[in-house]
Amino acid sequence: MRTCDLVVIGGGSAGMAAAIAAREKGVKDILILERGEETGGILLQCIHNGFGLHTFGEELSGPSYAERFSDQVRSLGIAVETNALVLHLDTDRTLSYVSPRSGFVTLQARCVILAMGCRERPRGAIGIPGARPAGVWTAGAAQRYVNLDGFLPGRRVFILGSGDIGLIMARRMTLEGAKVLGVAELMPYSNGLSRNLKQCLEDFQIPLYLSHTVTDIQGRERVSAVTISQVDENRRPIPGSEKTFAVDTLLLSVGLLPENTLSEEAGIELHPRTRGPVVDEFLQATIPGVFACGNVLHVHDLVDFVTAEGKEAGEAAARFLDAGLPAGPHASVEAGEGISYCLPQRIHTQALPDSLTLSFRVLSPQRNVTLAVEKDGKCIKTLRRRVMLPAEMERLTLQREDLTGLQESLRLRIMDFSQNGRLEEG
Amino acid sequence: MKEKRTEELICIVCPMGCRLRAEVEQADGETPQVLSVSGNSCPRGARYAKEELTAPTRTVTGTVSIEGGLYRRLPVITSAPIPKDKIFDVMEEIHRAHACAPVQIHDIIIPNVCGLGADVLAARTMEQRSSDDESVFPAGSAGGFDHQGV
Repeated sequence: MRTCDLVVIGGGSAGMAAAIAAREKGVKDILILERGEETGGILLQCIHNGFGLHTFGEELSGPSYAERFSDQVRSLGIAVETNALVLHLDTDRTLSYVSPRSGFVTLQARCVILAMGCRERPRGAIGIPGARPAGVWTAGAAQRYVNLDGFLPGRRVFILGSGDIGLIMARRMTLEGAKVLGVAELMPYSNGLSRNLKQCLEDFQIPLYLSHTVTDIQGRERVSAVTISQVDENRRPIPGSEKTFAVDTLLLSVGLLPENTLSEEAGIELHPRTRGPVVDEFLQATIPGVFACGNVLHVHDLVDFVTAEGKEAGEAAARFLDAGLPAGPHASVEAGEGISYCLPQRIHTQALPDSLTLSFRVLSPQRNVTLAVEKDGKCIKTLRRRVMLPAEMERLTLQREDLTGLQESLRLRIMDFSQNGRLEEG
Repeated sequence: MKEKRTEELICIVCPMGCRLRAEVEQADGETPQVLSVSGNSCPRGARYAKEELTAPTRTVTGTVSIEGGLYRRLPVITSAPIPKDKIFDVMEEIHRAHACAPVQIHDIIIPNVCGLGADVLAARTMEQRSSDDESVFPAGSAGGFDHQGV
């Protein structure tokens, strides 16, 4: 069987950053397996700008950001196989893939980095009532049609979900000559970045209907109208609040799910909240030598953090291949009151890192709150935060002295958290 | 008659999305004057608030049709932000433009678009699709947008 020191599954921003970091740390035998025709991943269709402010100190469009990494992968001589679909990953880190160039290949990897990204939740995942005509797409599929393939999927559009892709597509469809009649959001707040609300909706006077959802789709061959209703605090439609829009297209931006079919087949433990692998401080999954980064680990809102995470995974993989990584007992990292999830979920207690960055999200919008970090039940650190939104991933770095003596658990929570303590927009 | 007011706006310079408050003074029929900005975490935030309230600009991105490339569309971007009220004029120019592969990143696709002093640049490199590659879409279909089923 062919062997490889490091196989990176996925050539998007996470996978490329991981492979580059591993190569820079001395790993020679690296193979990136990419499903698409070229490296770059989802960035290739994200033609808007705003990428790379943290990484490069300038704002780039998605394709430009991707190109910088693709160029680096090429100049470092890292092997990439495109059009390569990984079919199976096993507990012993053997994997099989197919590609037009190589046919069916089985590989034994010493180390694997999972960087498969995520998928959009389709209509079936949220159970919208109504007819099933053509004209209902996920926002990301529409983005691909418009930006890569040159098809405009509709003329009069309604969008369900105010996630970033939905907002970006509201602007994109408008600029291409379609009329976007509105965006409905189930929650009482938007799930997109504030900058996208401003420059994608407000700039074009596209109305945002908060606490609304789609309750009917009409049309036989093609969507002819969409009905939305206001929802109560239990997210149930309020009868009598219906509004109907004559549209030919409904775009869905209703959440992303890490794509972990391969991880599941390998027997990797997934976290119920992130739906990504449970990882330790090296981003190592529950199978030693398997690492995860980017959207397959947890859904990110900024590519800069994906790149940073990919780099961490790549460096950890290099260390695993070289000197090995610490093993032994670990403490759990827990998401307490008001926190949706916190990464990594485990930390080895016998070889504490010099610093540890936690990535987390809040459950609901918060203003002027105190974050508390508890070590084995004792509060060791508090931080004031002016605004925290579920749409925006937060990072918090702890130093070795904060962690010294850690035994059982590290817990992050919002003090005096109340579910009703919602952010009121000024 | 000069009127003073507080404007609240969300900074869009970077994804931080700082919530800015600006003290604004405006005389009847004149451009508002920004007296002070707070809530910004970097100087760019203050600059943004001043610009946004007096002369708002945006970087425009779009795609142009491309022949012989890996995809049918080439992403493009303005070399500098342009006035917000010229976005649709710039888009019209972009819709008329056409490129042929190979294209290098930052190649000028439309010089001095709408006379605004900014160029429309290729946002990526796109090699020529080698002839033995099977295109997903037939050659010659790389014209404008197709409006499928609408």
